[in-house]
Amino acid sequence: MKILVCVSVVPDTTTKITFKDNDTIFDKSGVQFIINPYDELALTRAIEIAETNSGNVNVITVGEVDCDPVIRKALAMGANEAFRVDAQPINAFFVAQQIAHHAKNNSYDLILTGRESIDYNGGMVQGLIAEILNYPIINVVTELEYKENTIEANRDIDGGKETVSSAVPCVVSAQKDLCEPRIPNMRGIMMARSKPLSVLEATGESNYTQVIKYELPPSKTGVKLIDAENAESLIDILHNEEKLF
Amino acid sequence: MAVLVFSESDNGKYKKSSFEAISYGRDLADQLSTTCIAVSIGNKGEENLGQYGAHKEINVQGDVYQDFNPNTYAKTLSELSSNNDGQIIVLSQTYTGKSIAPILAIKQDAALVTGIIGMVNTSDGFKVKTTVFSNKAVAHVQVNQANKILSIIPNSYQVNIYESKSEIISHNINVSKKDLNTKILKTEKETGKIPLTEAELVISAGRGLKAAENWNLVEDLSEALGAATACSKPVSDMEWRPHSEHVGQTGITIKPNLYIAAGISGAIQHLAGVSSSKVICVINTDPEAPFFKAADYGIVGDAFDILPRLTKRIREIKG
Ligand SMILES: Cc1cc2nc3c(=O)[nH]c(=O)nc-3n(C[C@H](O)[C@H](O)[C@H](O)COP(=O)(O)OP(=O)(O)OC[C@H]3O[C@@H](n4cnc5c(N)ncnc54)[C@H](O)[C@@H]3O)c2cc1C
Ligand SMILES: Nc1ncnc2c1ncn2[C@@H]1O[C@H](COP(=O)(O)O)[C@@H](O)[C@H]1O
Repeated sequence: MKILVCVSVVPDTTTKITFKDNDTIFDKSGVQFIINPYDELALTRAIEIAETNSGNVNVITVGEVDCDPVIRKALAMGANEAFRVDAQPINAFFVAQQIAHHAKNNSYDLILTGRESIDYNGGMVQGLIAEILNYPIINVVTELEYKENTIEANRDIDGGKETVSSAVPCVVSAQKDLCEPRIPNMRGIMMARSKPLSVLEATGESNYTQVIKYELPPSKTGVKLIDAENAESLIDILHNEEKLF
Repeated sequence: MAVLVFSESDNGKYKKSSFEAISYGRDLADQLSTTCIAVSIGNKGEENLGQYGAHKEINVQGDVYQDFNPNTYAKTLSELSSNNDGQIIVLSQTYTGKSIAPILAIKQDAALVTGIIGMVNTSDGFKVKTTVFSNKAVAHVQVNQANKILSIIPNSYQVNIYESKSEIISHNINVSKKDLNTKILKTEKETGKIPLTEAELVISAGRGLKAAENWNLVEDLSEALGAATACSKPVSDMEWRPHSEHVGQTGITIKPNLYIAAGISGAIQHLAGVSSSKVICVINTDPEAPFFKAADYGIVGDAFDILPRLTKRIREIKG
């Protein structure tokens, strides 16, 4: 079986976000980039499933050349082969179009993504890919099993959980708890150097949406400290002044 | 042209996030001098959505909707919007809404904008604000396509009340069991608990509470207040609490009116999930805890002492 994992390259979770050029561009200087944490889960589970089903795991990233070191990390974790579509990921539609185009020609049984990217947080790419390819989608999955061309998954729903099954091929997005992210070992890191990382050209374009400016959210004006002796007065403030209950 | 709003209900009542989405759709429809149509699929809530701004309601019935399937729901909304000239479709960004929106966008050849936190500005094109970088920044997105799918973050838009009732029209759509491309084997709903993503008041605690058995302090307070409970990542990693309570960059993002955090240091990844809460109160023994910088109210003190006293005071006030 063949699995494709979509890996987005995002700023490390501790990054303080700043912008440049009149707040039109995210300032990458000094920023450490990582595999999107949810994609790391998707990749780990894909490798586990491939191991028990003598399968293959490919990863794909839409991004520019500075993504390559992070893609090598995905190979070090255990992916067999990597593809990078050489373009700026300008919006979710564009990204999905590139991935769907690659998938169309490579008959994957399963396409795995993260629940969302921690930079754009759209949670959109997976659904777009699924619909372009006319595959079913199972979102925010916390358990995933593959058996005889069928996927069985537990997923989060509003106020609960559900168990869903689908025939393959299908698209699944990973949620926390799916597995423990795999940490590359020395052997994996050595092997990653000789695994194929192919650079693909982008197809088509998309200008439906476009970010024209960024801003930082307003910061709090300063904490009002309440003496521990008088802790109860917090409740009175929340009740009488903030009128929260 | 019309603005369609997908309205979700649970157990015969519409979700509050649906009222927000309808008020959003109505304000947008007013700006564009057009109508706002609320759409419910399968079960509907008992409330009349005219009260929240809908000019008209459409309810689509059929056995096929018994189980939620993103494909059948998207197909239904897509057909309805084509039949009603609904160039704009508004959804609230719940797990359900998030699954439908991208499929709908492809079907309608529409621009898709998710994470919306404010009203559209139509004074010069069509621009809308969205949350990006895990709440650490806001993006201004320009939309350049006639058809648009807008996904609104719950608790980010006020509910408006109108003194009117809308007419409810039933509709049949050409969607059949063939369109069900996944099968639901089992559903488990947490009953009697306020889902974190919908809660207006949230009490959260971290490693400072020292052990799972101390969570009765958090639960007592949340029960007294009618709040949902949340926790930091290490707490759910150690299985003191279920993973569904983990908030932050790699957990759930929430935006309640009140967030009380006890024994949580306020790491940047934690703040990413909670910093847009309207009022933040922090209880921590360490006056240098970073969380105080992101808080509106702070108490430097021991959670084991403070939490029960807060609970007691709420019970006094509520009588
Ligand atoms: C990739 C990545 C993603 C992450 N994602 C998340 C995320 O989504 N959500 C998240 O929460 N974290 C996340 N983290 C972890 C984050 O960095 C912190 O480690 C975590 O938030 C700390 O949890 P805590 O505040 O409960 O524990 P601690 O940092 O141990 O803080 C405990 C606090 O309790 C206080 N305290 C101790 N005793 C008491 C008492 N008796 N009364 C009152 N206060 C007391 C202490 O002063 C301290 O401030 C992530 C980390 C990484 C690397
Ligand atoms: N540039 C990208 N390249 C490859 N995969 C991506 C890219 N952006 C997003 N994805 C995938 O789509 C998921 C959802 O992303 P998003 O819609 O940006 O929240 C991510 O978790 C990734 O798996």
